[in-house]
Amino acid sequence: MTPFGAHTRRAAAAGGRTAVLVFFVTFLAFPFYWMLITTFKTNQDLYNTANNPYLLNDPPTLHHLQVLFNDTQYLQWLANTAFVGIAVVAITLVLAVPAGYALARMTGAWAQNLGIAIFLTYLVPPTILFIPFSRIIAALNLQDSLWSLVLVYPSFTVPFCTWLLMGFFKAIPRDLEEAAMIDGLSRLGAFIKVVIPISVAGMLTAIIFAFTLVTQEFVYGVTFITSSASYTVSVGIPTFLVRGDVYFWGSMMGACLIASVPVAVIYNLFVDRFVAGFTVGALK
Amino acid sequence: MRSPVIAATIDSKAASPPGLADNERWLWRLMLAPAVAYILLLVGFPFCLSLFYSVSNATVGSTELQFVGLENFQRVLESQTFWVALKNTVVFTLVSQILVMVLGNVLAIALTADFRGRWLVRLLILLPWVAPISLGSIGWLWIFDSIYSVINWTLRAAHLLGPHEWPIWLGTPHLAMASIIAVQVWRMLPLATVIILAGLSSIPQDIHDAAAVDGAGFWRHLFEITLPLVLPVGLVALLFGIVFTFTDLIVVFVLTRGGPYDTTQVLASWAYFTGIQGGDLAGGAAISLFLLPVLAAVAIVFLRYARRAEIA
Repeated sequence: MTPFGAHTRRAAAAGGRTAVLVFFVTFLAFPFYWMLITTFKTNQDLYNTANNPYLLNDPPTLHHLQVLFNDTQYLQWLANTAFVGIAVVAITLVLAVPAGYALARMTGAWAQNLGIAIFLTYLVPPTILFIPFSRIIAALNLQDSLWSLVLVYPSFTVPFCTWLLMGFFKAIPRDLEEAAMIDGLSRLGAFIKVVIPISVAGMLTAIIFAFTLVTQEFVYGVTFITSSASYTVSVGIPTFLVRGDVYFWGSMMGACLIASVPVAVIYNLFVDRFVAGFTVGALK
Repeated sequence: MRSPVIAATIDSKAASPPGLADNERWLWRLMLAPAVAYILLLVGFPFCLSLFYSVSNATVGSTELQFVGLENFQRVLESQTFWVALKNTVVFTLVSQILVMVLGNVLAIALTADFRGRWLVRLLILLPWVAPISLGSIGWLWIFDSIYSVINWTLRAAHLLGPHEWPIWLGTPHLAMASIIAVQVWRMLPLATVIILAGLSSIPQDIHDAAAVDGAGFWRHLFEITLPLVLPVGLVALLFGIVFTFTDLIVVFVLTRGGPYDTTQVLASWAYFTGIQGGDLAGGAAISLFLLPVLAAVAIVFLRYARRAEIA
C-alpha cells in the first residue's frame, strides 16, 4: 500500500467517524438543547411560527423560571424527590451491603444461584406489581404519602445494588480479612473494620444508582400519589403541569432540564461500574 | 492419665460452636436474611397477589373478593383492544430493539477510537438514559407539538414540506407509532451503546493486529472478527432492552396515552388505564400477566447465559 493510500484511508475513517458521532450526538442530546433554549425564550418568540426556532430571537428571559419557582410546586417536588431518594438509599445500603458481602464470600452452588435469583427479581417490572401494590398501599393507609414510595422503591434498588456490591466485594482479596482475623478480629469484625472502610467507592456507586433509580421511577409514583403536594419530580411535571389544555412550555422545559442534568453529570462519573454490574459474567 | 472430667471439658470446648460473630454459616444467613425477606415481601408477595387478583373480581371500590376462575382472562382475550395492544407491544419492542442493536453497534464502534473531547461526547450520548425518561418524553412532547414542532419548521425550511402540510406527529396512527418508537430508541440506545462498548474494549488487541497483518479490510474485519466477538455482550444489551421496552408504559403514557384510538396502546399502558384509572383491578392484573411469557423467556436465556459464564 502506498503511503498516500494509507493516509487517505485514515482520513476517510476519521471523517466517517466524525460524521457518525455528529449524527448521534445531535439525535441524543437535541431534546436537552431544546429544553435549554425553550426555557429562556419569550412567549412571543416561542409562539411565532415565522421565527427560526433554533435561535433566541428576543433577548433571553427569566420569566419561565420565575413562574416555575413562584407559581408551581416545583420546589416541593424537588424536596420530595430528595427525601424519598435519601430514605431509599439508606434502606438500600442497610439491606444490600451485608447481603452483597455474604453472597461474595459464600461458597457453593446455591449461593451463586441465590445471587442470580436476587438479580432476576430486578427484572420483575413495576407494571406487573403496581396493581396489587395499589391495594396494599391503600390497606396500609399510605395513599398520597411519600412513605409509600419509600416502602416500595427498595424492591428494585435492593436487588440491583446487592448484585453490584457482590461484584465489588468479590474483587477485595480475602487475605486482608484473614490477616485481620489473625490479629484478633472476629469474622464480623473483619467485615466491619477492614472491608467496609476500603469499600467506600463501591458503596458510593450503589448510592448513586439507588438515587438515580428513584429519580427515574414513574409507574409507582403515578399509581400511589394523587395529590400534587406529594409528587416527585418525574411524576409531577408530566401529570400536573400537563393537565389541561394550557401548556407552559417554557416553564416545563426548564423544570425538566433542572431535574435531569445534575443527576446525569454525577451518574456519568460512575457509568463504567454500572456497565460492569450489567455485564458480570459476559465479559470474560 | 487425664481425669475424665478434664477430658470432657476439653472435648466440649472443642465441639462448642464459636461465637456468632465467627460462625460463617450463621453470619452469612443473618446478613442475607433482611434483604431476602424484603424482596419476598415486596416482590414475591405482590406478585402472588397479582396472580390471585387475576382470577378474582377485585375492584378499587369494594373490599370483597370472589373467585371467578378464568373469567377475566376470557374477557381480556375477547376484547378487541387486547389484540391491538398486543400487536402494538410486539411492534414497539421489535422495531425499537432492532434499531437499537444496529445503531448501538455503529455508535460503539465510532466511540472506540481515542479523540479529544471523548468524555463530553460520552456525557451527551448518555443523557437520554440517565435523565428521568418521563422528563425526556416531555421534551419530545414539545418537539412533536402539533403547531410549533421544530421538526415541521425544519422540514418546511428545507422545502420537504409544503406550506399547508401540517403533520400531526402524535395524532395520526402511523406517525404516532413511529414517534413513540423513535423516542424509545432514543432512550434505550445509550445503555446498549455503553454495554457494547465495554464488550468491544475487552477484545484483545492481538486479535485486531493479527487481522490487520492478514490484510483484512474494514468490512471483513467488522463482520468476521469484531461483531462475532461482541455478540455475547450484545445479547445482554438486547435482553435488558427487551425487558425495559416490552413492560414499559412511560413513553406511551406521556406522549400519546395510547391514542389516537388505541393505535399506540401497549399492554402495560392498557393495564394501567384499566386497573388504576378504570378501577378494574382484576382486569388490570389479568392484562399485566400477559407480560409474563416474554419475561420468563428472557429470564431463561439469562440463566443459561449465567451458567455458561460460570463454566468459562
